[in-house]
Amino acid sequence: MDIRAQLSMSFHMDKCIGCHTCSVSCKNVWTSRRGAEYMWWNNVETKPGAGYPLTWEDQERYRGGWEVSGGSLRLKLLKGPGKIRTLANIFFQPNLPTVDDYYEPFTYDYQNLFNAPAGDDQPTARPKSLITGEFMEKIVLGPNWDDDMAGSPLYAANDPNLKGLSESQKEMLTKFHKLFFFYLPRICNHCLNPACVASCPSGAIYKRGEDGIVLIDQDTCRAWRFCVSACPYKKPYYNWANGKSEKCIFCYPRTETGQPNACAHACTGRIRFVGALLYDADRIEDVAKTPDDRLVEAMREIVLDPNDPRVIEEARKAGIDENWLRAAQQSPAYNLFKKWRIAMPNHPEFRTVPMNFYIPPLSPILHNAKAENGGTFDPESTEFFNEIDKMRIPVRFLANMLSAGNEQVVLESLKKQMAVRIYIRQKRVGDIGDSKAKSVLSSVGLTPQDAEDIYRLTSLGTFQERFVIPETHREHMTTVDPRTMYEKRGSVGFGPKKKEFLGRTW
Amino acid sequence: MSNWIQDEINPGKRGWEEFYRNRWQYDKTVRSTHGNNCTGGCSWMVYVKDGIITWELQAVDYPKLDQSLPPYEPRGCQRGISASWYVYSPVRIKYPYVRGIVIDAWKEARSKHADPVDAWRSIVENAELSKKIKWSRGKGGFRRFDWDTAAEIIVSAQIYTIKKYGPDRNIAFSPIPAMSQISYTSGARYNQLIGGVHLSFYDYYTDLPNAEPEVWGEQTDSCESADWYNAGYVVMNGANPNMTRTADAHFVSELRMGGAKLVVCAPDYSQVTKYADLWVPLKTGSDTAFWLGVNHVILKEYFVDKKTPYFDVYCKNYTDLPNLVKLTKGKDGYELGRYLKACDLAAYAEEDNPEWKFCMWDEKTGKARVVNGGMGYRYPQKHESHGKWNTLLKDGKTGEDISPALTLLDIKDDAIEVVFHELDKPERYKRQVPVKYVETKEGRTPVTTVFDLYMAHCGVGRKGLSGDYCKNYDDDRGFSPAWQEKYTGIGRDTIIQVGREFASNAEVTKGRSMIICGASFNHWYHSDLMYRSGMNALMLCGCVGRNGGGLQHYVGQEKLAPFDSWGQIAHSLDWVRPPRLMSNPINWYLHTQQFKYDSAITDYHVVPDKSALEYQHTADYAVRSVRLGWMPGYPQFNKSSIALYDEAQRSGAKTDADVVDYVVKQLKSGTLDFAIADPDAPENWPRVWLIWRANALGSSARGQEYFFKFLLGTHNNLVTEEVAKPYLKELKYRESPLGKLDLLVDLNMRMNTTPTYCDIVLPAAHWYEKEDINTTELHSFIHPMGAAVQPNWESKSDYDAYRFLSEKFAEIAKKHFPRPVKEVMTAPLGHDTPGEIAQPALNGVQDWKKGQCEAIPGKTMPSISVVERDYANIDKQYISVGPLMKGKYGFHGIMLDGKDLYENYLKQEHIDSVDFNGQKFISIRTAKEACNFVMAFSGTTNGEVGYRQWVEEEHHTGLHAETYDAAKKAVREIYPEVEFRAGAHGLAEEIAGPDRNFTVTYDDIVAQPRRWLTSALWTGDNRKGRAYGTWTIQTERRVPWRTLTGKQHFYLDHPIFLEYGEGLCAHKYKLNPARMNELQKSDKTDALMLNYITPHSKWAIHSTHYDNLRMLTLSRGGNSCWVNDKDAESVGIKDNDWVEAYNDNGIFVCRAVVSARIPTGTCFAYHSQERTINIPKAEQRNKIRGGFHNSLTRQRLKPTLMTGGYGQFSYAFNGWGPIPIIRDTTVLVRKMRNQEVKW
Repeated sequence: MDIRAQLSMSFHMDKCIGCHTCSVSCKNVWTSRRGAEYMWWNNVETKPGAGYPLTWEDQERYRGGWEVSGGSLRLKLLKGPGKIRTLANIFFQPNLPTVDDYYEPFTYDYQNLFNAPAGDDQPTARPKSLITGEFMEKIVLGPNWDDDMAGSPLYAANDPNLKGLSESQKEMLTKFHKLFFFYLPRICNHCLNPACVASCPSGAIYKRGEDGIVLIDQDTCRAWRFCVSACPYKKPYYNWANGKSEKCIFCYPRTETGQPNACAHACTGRIRFVGALLYDADRIEDVAKTPDDRLVEAMREIVLDPNDPRVIEEARKAGIDENWLRAAQQSPAYNLFKKWRIAMPNHPEFRTVPMNFYIPPLSPILHNAKAENGGTFDPESTEFFNEIDKMRIPVRFLANMLSAGNEQVVLESLKKQMAVRIYIRQKRVGDIGDSKAKSVLSSVGLTPQDAEDIYRLTSLGTFQERFVIPETHREHMTTVDPRTMYEKRGSVGFGPKKKEFLGRTW
Repeated sequence: MSNWIQDEINPGKRGWEEFYRNRWQYDKTVRSTHGNNCTGGCSWMVYVKDGIITWELQAVDYPKLDQSLPPYEPRGCQRGISASWYVYSPVRIKYPYVRGIVIDAWKEARSKHADPVDAWRSIVENAELSKKIKWSRGKGGFRRFDWDTAAEIIVSAQIYTIKKYGPDRNIAFSPIPAMSQISYTSGARYNQLIGGVHLSFYDYYTDLPNAEPEVWGEQTDSCESADWYNAGYVVMNGANPNMTRTADAHFVSELRMGGAKLVVCAPDYSQVTKYADLWVPLKTGSDTAFWLGVNHVILKEYFVDKKTPYFDVYCKNYTDLPNLVKLTKGKDGYELGRYLKACDLAAYAEEDNPEWKFCMWDEKTGKARVVNGGMGYRYPQKHESHGKWNTLLKDGKTGEDISPALTLLDIKDDAIEVVFHELDKPERYKRQVPVKYVETKEGRTPVTTVFDLYMAHCGVGRKGLSGDYCKNYDDDRGFSPAWQEKYTGIGRDTIIQVGREFASNAEVTKGRSMIICGASFNHWYHSDLMYRSGMNALMLCGCVGRNGGGLQHYVGQEKLAPFDSWGQIAHSLDWVRPPRLMSNPINWYLHTQQFKYDSAITDYHVVPDKSALEYQHTADYAVRSVRLGWMPGYPQFNKSSIALYDEAQRSGAKTDADVVDYVVKQLKSGTLDFAIADPDAPENWPRVWLIWRANALGSSARGQEYFFKFLLGTHNNLVTEEVAKPYLKELKYRESPLGKLDLLVDLNMRMNTTPTYCDIVLPAAHWYEKEDINTTELHSFIHPMGAAVQPNWESKSDYDAYRFLSEKFAEIAKKHFPRPVKEVMTAPLGHDTPGEIAQPALNGVQDWKKGQCEAIPGKTMPSISVVERDYANIDKQYISVGPLMKGKYGFHGIMLDGKDLYENYLKQEHIDSVDFNGQKFISIRTAKEACNFVMAFSGTTNGEVGYRQWVEEEHHTGLHAETYDAAKKAVREIYPEVEFRAGAHGLAEEIAGPDRNFTVTYDDIVAQPRRWLTSALWTGDNRKGRAYGTWTIQTERRVPWRTLTGKQHFYLDHPIFLEYGEGLCAHKYKLNPARMNELQKSDKTDALMLNYITPHSKWAIHSTHYDNLRMLTLSRGGNSCWVNDKDAESVGIKDNDWVEAYNDNGIFVCRAVVSARIPTGTCFAYHSQERTINIPKAEQRNKIRGGFHNSLTRQRLKPTLMTGGYGQFSYAFNGWGPIPIIRDTTVLVRKMRNQEVKW
């Protein structure tokens, strides 16, 4: 057993309102500068939709992530034997997204509103490219272009998750009685089996042992951009101004000091939860090779029970600090993903073993088709609360996104969520009946205490309950010589290379 | 395998990590918030690094409410977190700007005239130059200049206007004060001091839900968002909290997890629909039909099929359903008459205010009896009438308990056939209602209860009553579940289901069913009926005044919690009373000529009997409403109010009373007239307009092209033809002037649509550069806006900018007005003043001009008074709290004596004073001092003030001692869980006793936002962490609603409402596009004809943030309109194609967003875009720049909403009056012929 700690973010998609406060907090703090304009380390997508960059989920096109070939794992990018393929493509990557897949970042000629000479018509601020500085005749793409089903015939209709859906199910793209949408917020998954790390010819990318955060060393990066191609989530971005690639850093300057990530802090929908997980690094490869239908289960297995005395003992041996163990024991990430089994990974079939988890959304009841034929709208069921199989979002669609196609994993979560609602209605309103409320709970394998706990965290959760983030012990997890904390205190902020500030060492 | 896990610590390898750590580090954080027109009131920490504002993140330290509620943190959305972008952005106004032609003219005039007022005269009286200046508006040519010259031009123009036309030709506009109360105060205070007119906004924004004053006597009151969580069943109508109340939307997802069911009524698959349990895709504008159907189900199943004890007792105690109504003989049988009142009954002949006291049928004694709570008891003239303004079911004369009959069915003397109207079809229903006969002054009169009338109106039959009742739910007559299908497109089964679930949840929870509604519910011509239909369902089910229940309207209101003290300095009531506060819908409907494009009312508005209407055109209703004192009218007269005073003196008036008499005589003889009767005469035009904190020519300019053409005198794309002339009787018709305004000034932070069209543009401080206070209805905290850095470049905070102007004004006025001057002031009959019982309208409306009554100021016409203005000392008045603050001050009729509060405050060592004219005044030199003044003198933030206000309310209502004991008993019978403090013998001790020592200062709220106190000014009890829910004071303490009966009204008995068929909640569908005179001239080739909907945007708060690069990047990067995919395909429009949306009102060039989530036949143009960003030229008409969403709208007013002098139908600034509807608009949308657009 090789126990490591990992910070993990969970997203309650049912609560997500697609507001992008997360995206902007991230942009303001990290990427509001030249070369990074088009980067959205955190973005939010409308589903069904094509996403950012366009159709990033389509690995037939982008060839990101891993595949199992002859019993071993290999980067999908490398069609042939690894080395040769890499060298052959050293200057050309056919699968790299281009500006047409992201968008051409723009601004406006705002100053024209001040400076336009007296004329015969009102001045306007025309769009201008932030790359070329030239006027743009028309803005044709942005990082959230198909927001709320904008352009649905072009974008929603090309959502890669529609594969395997029947023609009748696909009516959800055009017919009012079946329509739906929801949001998918995305940051880097800080994977256990990160394709970006594996693909980097410079060895500039690494996963931190103490918290699992995956980083691109800005000193070492040589702009090969293999990380961009290899990451199936398209979360590393190439900075065209300084020639380095950058990606979500899980806000480590904040998490190291016990503060939630900027995106999680800013999430006004209160959909995000951050906590620590313990996992067994020896089993990563096995998990990554698990067949699709068992992938989520295998990922749950690699996450260890932080209350198991054996795990605690092994963790201590591995040098995991006590505050990390305590945090792991109160971890919302652990509870949501493993204990209550209501959260799941995004596209586990990419086999990078992603470490952020999603709670799938409930949705309104379907309407019958009368209205489409000139009749009136009426719902398909008159139950007080919706039956899961009458909800608008096809389980198949969610399974394609969240469980490598395993519908049971999604159904389990949806049923549990609804059962908790019914149980809590009985508690707060009292018109369900005690025995019915309890039997609904037990039918999905939850105890009343589970229901109370799920309710408390997801509904009433305070800032402190939603974000249980252990501080990093900088005295031994420091980036200067651990023996120089005294000097470090006198030189923080001056950067790592200013040797002249460092005095004697103890 | 895990060879990429870097777990040893290697400073050489990982030292680079300092790179991002250094980026994160900062120098300080400062608490602030945003002052755009947003109800968020969110607490933010602004990060400053190297002296530069870098970003903001939400503060997460709100005090927690009740532990059973989700916490507020974090509050703040995508727009709020983008605010820091503006600070240093290229759209920021950094310096004063003036249009070149203006500054050239000014320099030349100044070289010829030593006096700046003379210089201004030489410009505006030069017709050719003046026309050129007007035509140059909006067409570039700005030059940077300086504050001093700017102030000189502005002040000279104002002084010229005061001298030539009178002070009330200077107008000012700044909306929605709550989000930055002192910034609003700045210009408003300055403008009132000089005698200018402040234009209203809440009604003007079409956000005032007229039904709330109609039903509840209150402008608006809504629960804080945390209270949504207390609901067990929520229906949303036209509300989209995910989009518009983003910071609060988590309570929506969480209330579902808390076991509530969420039903969303929306025509599109909206953002909040994503997690609805049930989506009801109502056709646009059909919500009234939906709710009338639901009401039918509730009445049938919860009042007829069974009796529901909670609903029954609630309706008897808290609504007018048991009130008696007279039935009167009309042309076609019995019709709905007015309430039975004390003046009708011999037994109550001795009562004071008998026209304002109302009756119920007492089952115990078998008599009609007058009950407590009528508005007559609010203004008692006799000793024995005191202490009865409460909702106890007691005989107002004898004090005996009465047991009101909700229905007369079982005790009826007779069943009489009464006429009910369907209205949208000529259908009339004759339905029997049970009656009792009562001896009145007119003889034996049939009366019935409001409940019996409402049952018949809704078509719910009962045993023993015959007539055209609906036989069952499938019967297609009004207003059954089957009937509503043809309007809503929703099946009857859904109506029945929602009706049952809504009511049964309310029955189990005692009223925790809630309607959350928003702009899309309120912006229809007949929105008051929409609201009433939903409110009726809530009242029937006992949901109003319950936490987790009731109607919650979130449209622009932003509760200004400390209104009592704030109102004094904001409108300079501390120096001069009354203020000049104008109904802006009436103002712009007339002054931008939009009235001329409406034809006869009955062309588009269905009424039971056209011939019964007094006027054919809405403008005439406006003229009469000013004449009778119902609505304000500024400018007041067709001559200067200063000149009028002088004229009265010359003709012998000795006292102010003589002056008033003189004015009344002049009005009666017709030698003097109200300016509103002749709005296009040059002496009645608005002349100088100051705008700040507003986008008055952008998001606020409904009918923007009319503003451009007629008010500004510049380019436009308008082709509509005038049609009003034949229908005008009261308003004098003249040819439309082109360009009424002499000077247009905007103080703004960003170069958006308004400054683009102004003559002078002044740079305003960003929200992170000034101090202010903020409150909102969405939460119950008072919050600071703090300065993280000093105002950048040459910008000034609003407060300092107007202080600067006041100094310049005083300087120039020293020559022109060396001594104080007097002028004549008018004011309308106000709600919460005795004016609201001025005109009982027993025999219809009485018009003094027509000789139907005497002309009595303050009774049959506006009040008239004389005031003094000290123009040479405007600057000193601006920075000091004036002497009238030592008299009565307050709000909502709760007036305190300010004397000892004032003197004690001034005694404190750290409070500065301003000394002049030999007196010492409280200083409000700085915005922070003004903040502290507001908090020290408001009952919401000072426990002692609050306590005194409750004592005042206790006195009004009589709720102390035995009466309070009786109230407790009555409440416990309905709500046994309500707590009463032992030993509290009255309202004041009960509610405010424990908090008498509470105070809060600006520095306190900088440390942490604070909750405001439970206040007599408002309606919710929010003590002990309880979420603020509306009207809980009314249900739990028996304080009356501020309505005619003191109860919630199903019935509105003013003669105008009865003429319009709206006594009970009528069904009037959206206006017929063919009758609206906006598609007559437009080319319909290849165009879609669509209902034009302008909901609030996801990427802006109104227009603010619309031009913010963050938001433009996350949206489509410019103006757009959304259309259905099949509609688009039918005319060859593809996603992101350039299109023209147009009608006779104007043209809007934008890109199409094609989406299946938009219903067919509808175009969504999210409010509010800007015409400055990314707009090419139009292809048709004048081929000029292609407008924006407001280019297609035109204001329409509803005549009933100008009623006044009658209970809750009495004027309140932003609180009662017409709203300028734009939702019932139709547009044409077509693909631009040439996709290579012209710039």
